Amino acid sequence: MIAAICFYIFATILVGSAVMVVFSKNPVHSVLFLILAFFNAAGLFVLLGAEFVAMILVIVYVGAVAVMFLFVVMMLDINFTELRKGVQDYLPIGLLIGFILLVEMVVIVGGWSMSDGIAITITAATPPANEITNTDAIGRILYTDYIYLFQIAGLVLLVAMIGAIVLTHRKRPGVKKQNIGDQVRRRRGDAFEAIDVKPGQGIGKI
Amino acid sequence: MGKYLDIVAGWFGYRYDDWALLTFGTIANVLVVALPVLLAVAMIVWVDRKVWAAIQIRKGPNIVGPFGLMQSFADGLKVFLKETIIPAGANKFLFLLAPALSLIFGLVGWAVFPFGEGVVISDLNVGILYLFAVSSLAVYGIIIAGWASNSRYAFLGAMRSAAQMVSYEVSIGFVLVCVLMCVGSLNLTDVVLAQKNVMFGVNGYFFSGLFPMFVIFFVSALAETNRTPFDLPEAEEEIVAGFQIEYSSMSMALFYLGEYANIILMCGMMSLLFFGGWLPPFDWEPLYMVPGIIWLFGKIFFFFFCFAWVKASVPRYRYDQLMRLGWKVFLPVSLLWVVLTSGYLVLFDKLPG
Repeated sequence: MIAAICFYIFATILVGSAVMVVFSKNPVHSVLFLILAFFNAAGLFVLLGAEFVAMILVIVYVGAVAVMFLFVVMMLDINFTELRKGVQDYLPIGLLIGFILLVEMVVIVGGWSMSDGIAITITAATPPANEITNTDAIGRILYTDYIYLFQIAGLVLLVAMIGAIVLTHRKRPGVKKQNIGDQVRRRRGDAFEAIDVKPGQGIGKI
Repeated sequence: MGKYLDIVAGWFGYRYDDWALLTFGTIANVLVVALPVLLAVAMIVWVDRKVWAAIQIRKGPNIVGPFGLMQSFADGLKVFLKETIIPAGANKFLFLLAPALSLIFGLVGWAVFPFGEGVVISDLNVGILYLFAVSSLAVYGIIIAGWASNSRYAFLGAMRSAAQMVSYEVSIGFVLVCVLMCVGSLNLTDVVLAQKNVMFGVNGYFFSGLFPMFVIFFVSALAETNRTPFDLPEAEEEIVAGFQIEYSSMSMALFYLGEYANIILMCGMMSLLFFGGWLPPFDWEPLYMVPGIIWLFGKIFFFFFCFAWVKASVPRYRYDQLMRLGWKVFLPVSLLWVVLTSGYLVLFDKLPG
């Protein structure tokens, strides 16, 4: 009963905020609706009993990725009315592409079948939920059957990260930078000296 | 906790398994934890001010009530009676949502906080991850406040805060990985129980190889909660009061409540993860006669004292140094420690579970 009510609440807000991500006028509002959508998706995962995935969703997407989105979107000064100017002209093409994607997805889902071998490994690797926590269950599958795929995914992300840094990092000449080692080594005596100044004479040269 | 629920249910003539009552019982449970936390926040602000005063050889709040104990309540009342000013250019809804969010995220973390064995609202299997998630959400109150205020100072504060919190979260994450590799569970109760008699009768991971991780966690916790020396989001000299410049009266007070609730939660996390939570410091029978909650509160209070101590004695970091500390010092060290810990556990066959 409670689970059903929670499901409908989460699902309604999720779909509603997903729609608002697309339709809200202000890009910052879009990102905030996206965060709300992530939250409700996490709620749905909890209802499914997948609390590990739910928490990871919140930590990775809400706690880090969405913060970066907000960061960037808030800094950008985008005039959205100008950006939407050509929407009438491009609408037919957009709809056509959307329709093609939909057809492709229907074809894929319709023709989906699972080989017997995979069905066995999937069921064999997940013990019942009351015997083992789902963190443990995910770990047992991820680091045994799918270890190579997992490592490859990690490498792909690493390459993407290094690529992003290489592409955006540029040497800027003439920028003053601090050397931390020098700063830490700096002592009081290097910076100033105490001088006993005679009255009415000054310290001579500056 | 089920037993207490049953008792509360009995008062109202319901059965515990009645679902409506389950909801009611949950709300009662939440109040049983949230109200003392809010009260603790009020008192801890007073403690904070008293500690600074003592370090600076002043008296601190001493007028309202005995020893100035009621000072926080007087401040609360004063702030409550003031006018809430909303700037004309502000986004009204988000402007008012931000302080509420900051308080909410300060309070929801307590849902999985165990005050003793089984004394917890929700004994989640992934308690550590939940706490980590909640502590990383605290940034939203600040970012939204900074943007909705429609002020450059507030916006700069929000940007600083976002960058800072995301940076230090990474090292906190690795510290948590170290701890939970030694425990073999993400459940907070298991984390505490695994620290029983870790080394020569000492409870807690303090004296084991996790001590450097505790230091990193402590400093990162200062950064996560925007305390000095990492309070750049609200640096008065540079960006006046940062993200809270446009806030007045209760909306500003909510930021403070949220900030202090978060600080107490961080202190609580330190005592759970490294200092054996409600266990006494040594595994010696007579010490168990003292109720566990007193040990826990004592530890939380000690870490809070350290927070106040740091605030009173350390100058503020420069922003690039702050980033350097997070990314170039803490991140490599904590990552190295993950490798060392896992290597040690595998080599000596000490993997739990």
